[in-house]
Amino acid sequence: MMAVTAVAIARLRNLFAVVVLSGLYSFLMANVLVVLDAVDVAMTEAAVGAGISTVLLLGTLYLTRNEESLPVHRSWLPLGVALVTGGLLAFGMLGLPEFGKPDSVIHQHVAPRYLEQGAAETGVPNIVTAVLASYRGFDTLGETTVVFTAGVGVILLLRRWRGEAAGKAKKREDQP
Amino acid sequence: MRAQIVPRVVTKLLIPFVLVFALYVQFHGEYGPGGGFQAGVIMAAAVIFYALIFGLPNALQLVPQRLVETMIALGVLIYAGVGLAGILLGGNFLDYFVLSGDPVAGQHLGIFLVEAGVCITVAGVMLMIFYLFAGRGRRQGPQP
Repeated sequence: MMAVTAVAIARLRNLFAVVVLSGLYSFLMANVLVVLDAVDVAMTEAAVGAGISTVLLLGTLYLTRNEESLPVHRSWLPLGVALVTGGLLAFGMLGLPEFGKPDSVIHQHVAPRYLEQGAAETGVPNIVTAVLASYRGFDTLGETTVVFTAGVGVILLLRRWRGEAAGKAKKREDQP
Repeated sequence: MRAQIVPRVVTKLLIPFVLVFALYVQFHGEYGPGGGFQAGVIMAAAVIFYALIFGLPNALQLVPQRLVETMIALGVLIYAGVGLAGILLGGNFLDYFVLSGDPVAGQHLGIFLVEAGVCITVAGVMLMIFYLFAGRGRRQGPQP
């Protein structure tokens, strides 16, 4: 179903339908994440991917046109690059350990300590929260700062400063 | 938009539940799935929902832009402030054990404050992006 949605998104020229379909894609992705037992990520995916980004894309469509313009040339080179990259990624996945295997490398490093001692040390039953906010607190501070920086960037780019407009008007008055 | 009574009534019914769910995700994040980021996004989504149905001016009256800007900075400051409090109380940066007499209680307090900071910043940024996009369309777009 996800593959069908992705192909439909690539084929369609009506951008409104594309936006709606990408919301659908996000919900399907959230389902996959729930099946993988990553409920925290699934929640984020459903709220951000299907909710807020759909609204933002619709807002952008309101500002622009509804139809995608036709490509001016054939896109064989991008297709080739995509196929090669996809092939390399698939080849790399052959080297990954089996899904859920307990003795793979990633489960040997710090994860056992978090799982065994986390509940006793932090008193927090949800290990995801314990790791995010306590053991990896510094990383999460960085993430929050990234979100903050993104917000400040959007404000700087899109906000219309009242002072700026007034300053321009003043300059015009100054010039005879 | 003004005459559609069904969406307006449904929105009025739903928004309190959305907000309560956001708070649940925020404060229950230690026990179940969820946490600051998710709660912030859900909270922002509730206000965006309100803005979509009742119009941007009403939403701006409810949650003014100035408050949203303050929220963006306040969340990061709360987070970093918790870290600095750890140093001042004699521990490392972001060391929650020293926040309270009991180490486990200190962890609880630290995680709670940090998640609150994340929630405030995320909600603020999401709302700000929406306000700016929507406001642009309203003022610069062709008049209907």
